[in-house]
Amino acid sequence: MASIRFTVNGKTSDVETEAERPLLEVLREDLGLTGTKYGCGEGQCGACTVLLDGRPVLSCITPAHEAQGHHIVTIEGLARNGALHPVQQAFLDEGAVQCGYCTPGMVLRTVALLTAHPRPTDAQIVEGLNGNLCRCADYRRIQAAVRRTAESTGKRD
Amino acid sequence: MSTRSFRPEELEPKRGVALNRREFFEMAGAGLLIVATAPASEAQRGAGAGAGTLDTRLHIGEDGFITILNGKIEEGQGALTELAMAAAEELRAPLDRICMVMGDTDRTPNDGGTAGSGTTPRSVPQVRRVAAAARALLLTAAGRQLGADAAGLEVRNGAVQFAGKTFGYADLARSPELAAAYKNVLPEGTALTAVKDWQILGKPQVRLDARGLVTGAHRFPSDIVRPGMLYGRVLRPPSYGATLDSVDLAAAKKMPGVKAVRDGSFVGCAAPTAFAARKAMEAISATAQWKTVEQPSSDTLFDYLKQHASQQGRPQAQGRGSVEKGLAEARRRLKATYRVAYAQHAPMEPRAAVAEWQDGRLTVWTGTSNPGSVRQTLAEVCSVPAERVRVVVPHFGGGFGGKHTGEAALEAARLAKETGHPVAVQWTRAEEFTWAYFRPAALIEVEAGLDADNSISAWDFTNYNSGSSAIDPPYRIPNTRVRFMPSSSPLRTGSYRVLAATANNFAREAFTDELAEAAGKDPLEFRLSHLDNDRIRNVLKAATEKFGWLERRKKRRSGTGIGLACGTEKNSVVAACCEVEVDPRTGAPRVIEFVQAFECGAILNPANLRSQVEGAIMMGLGPALREEILFKDGRLTNGDFASYAVPRFRDLPKLDVVLLDRKDLEPAGAGETPIIAIAPAIANAVFDSTGQRMRAMPIHAPRG
Repeated sequence: MASIRFTVNGKTSDVETEAERPLLEVLREDLGLTGTKYGCGEGQCGACTVLLDGRPVLSCITPAHEAQGHHIVTIEGLARNGALHPVQQAFLDEGAVQCGYCTPGMVLRTVALLTAHPRPTDAQIVEGLNGNLCRCADYRRIQAAVRRTAESTGKRD
Repeated sequence: MSTRSFRPEELEPKRGVALNRREFFEMAGAGLLIVATAPASEAQRGAGAGAGTLDTRLHIGEDGFITILNGKIEEGQGALTELAMAAAEELRAPLDRICMVMGDTDRTPNDGGTAGSGTTPRSVPQVRRVAAAARALLLTAAGRQLGADAAGLEVRNGAVQFAGKTFGYADLARSPELAAAYKNVLPEGTALTAVKDWQILGKPQVRLDARGLVTGAHRFPSDIVRPGMLYGRVLRPPSYGATLDSVDLAAAKKMPGVKAVRDGSFVGCAAPTAFAARKAMEAISATAQWKTVEQPSSDTLFDYLKQHASQQGRPQAQGRGSVEKGLAEARRRLKATYRVAYAQHAPMEPRAAVAEWQDGRLTVWTGTSNPGSVRQTLAEVCSVPAERVRVVVPHFGGGFGGKHTGEAALEAARLAKETGHPVAVQWTRAEEFTWAYFRPAALIEVEAGLDADNSISAWDFTNYNSGSSAIDPPYRIPNTRVRFMPSSSPLRTGSYRVLAATANNFAREAFTDELAEAAGKDPLEFRLSHLDNDRIRNVLKAATEKFGWLERRKKRRSGTGIGLACGTEKNSVVAACCEVEVDPRTGAPRVIEFVQAFECGAILNPANLRSQVEGAIMMGLGPALREEILFKDGRLTNGDFASYAVPRFRDLPKLDVVLLDRKDLEPAGAGETPIIAIAPAIANAVFDSTGQRMRAMPIHAPRG
């Protein structure tokens, strides 16, 4: 067992757990943050994406100890005082949601993409999100939601 | 806009107290209850053997919220929003006053499975009838209350206005004189709002449940947590058909917090974390001894299917004229064989359930399209009366026909019973690939004849193993024989979006192009000359015009090819055109552009329809281009996302969807048919590019 301290969505968390346990399971089972999803456990689908110090990581293949001392953001940490994050709002406005199980991972991956490329080309969107699967296959709308966010946040600059 | 939908705890029956639906309403408040008696046929269809008619479907609260109870489930296809729109339309109430309660065997009627594109043609009219009757009651009550003739009143924005006074649904719920309405039976044949007068239906509406999905707040079945809950795992055989000889649970039982159980061939464990349960199962698995049996492999699959044809089930045949005579008299005969691989649905959320026993009552939260039949199975396996079993289906993470069953529900219930704790079971991706059921593989043989006018005079079509959906050609052919020969499938099979219509349409539309070529005709012209169905003609026209088919047939781009296909199933019609490019080195086709026209009668929610059609196209690219379940010695050799390559962003072509709105036709479902024209359109485009006929799904040209 290891004592691991990290912040999740701005709050300090102390967990006593097996160091090799996937971060995904610590978030979901120990911290009750079920917005992060299990999709494959092999790092192939992106449903478990969270941000670690702003970088997207696949929490299903990230051992809990790797979170030690870092800042984690999950889907629950994006909205502020009930106001959706622009990426969440764009997914809503575009209707880029069917079953929605991939959505938290897609949204966080998009947040990371737009941090790296505030005005991404279509090719950058495709490459940036290619690791995230959507079996409802709503890719065109998700792409449109990413574009919409880039446009709306761009205007505020 | 957001619609409030009841959270499970809001109307949760009191601890250990079983409430029937009437008690539930009494507890919920002095609202108005409308009792609907459905026509017997509908009740039978919805309910399954022995179950009663549908009854309680609508409740008006004193807060003015109107609750619609429906036994269908939401898995991302948009049923919740569509049914809420249907209710709001007929109630003349704002959409945000509608609450939906769906798929809960204690609270909703048994509306049968959510399958076969059935929610739109059957549940929508039913919800509309119930809502229209509620509006009629509001008018009557308002007339009495406001001293006006009900015939001269109308409901707007959820209320009646008369002489400066307002009477709305909240007032109706509080009206003491309407207590009698609790016992009202809905009249048959309630008039529904004409399509031309629709205010809510027919207009684009974003999913009402989307907010909880983008915030992560929604609890999918795999997110349900109960007090004292353990995480369960089940021992799986190493290969199909293997039976358990012996197993030793001692090591697992010594692990802290772990409970391990065996009941015949069922072996499972549960622990305070999924990690601990996994470790315990590894320990159990290491001790298990198995008897394996020889299993067929995918490399000999199609011979196997033919050899085992009709050993299971009776062949089905239909047709007209004499196919023997038609073929004998044909000027030219063509023959081809098509092969379609097994495919896995691979929904993003693998099977999941939480089961909880309390005072001899079982509650299971799970993702299934069939809450009623899962409840029945749970009752049988757990030896309790069905009345003591409740199945709750939260909006779950995709099914596509792949979650008609309740495996995880059953496993969680057994583990919960044995351990005395609520237990969560979520299948791993590997389990979902291996132990869920597959879309059946198909072997299809087709022979046809062309007469002196180059028209199809005979059509002989046999599907081995996959099914008979859409097996009848939509073309005018005087002599036909179409047959479905069941076979002994090496893999467990079941429903998948539109069943065998995809396989049958693939073979038929690819072969139709071969006939067109033999007849020296353009594929579009050849189809139109055999088509009497105006709806198919219209979508063909819409798709080919949008694509620029005629011009692009004349102006060929080197290195690419174009193709088209059409079809009909579930009372809807589809046509597709595409352009592909074939990698000369690998032979793998890439879709550059895909245009699809679709028509399913009067459109209920154009925004949702478009996402269903686009999603079907993108999902359909998988089995068309790459998805193929491979197996050897009873094990999958590509049962993971690394090797079973479902469509990704990189597969996204230029995508155009044309929706035809036939306001004169009854709305039909749209979750299935839009997938049937994809593979044949691609196969025909690959031929156009390479000169090679593509007769297998996934489609792959010879390597260069």
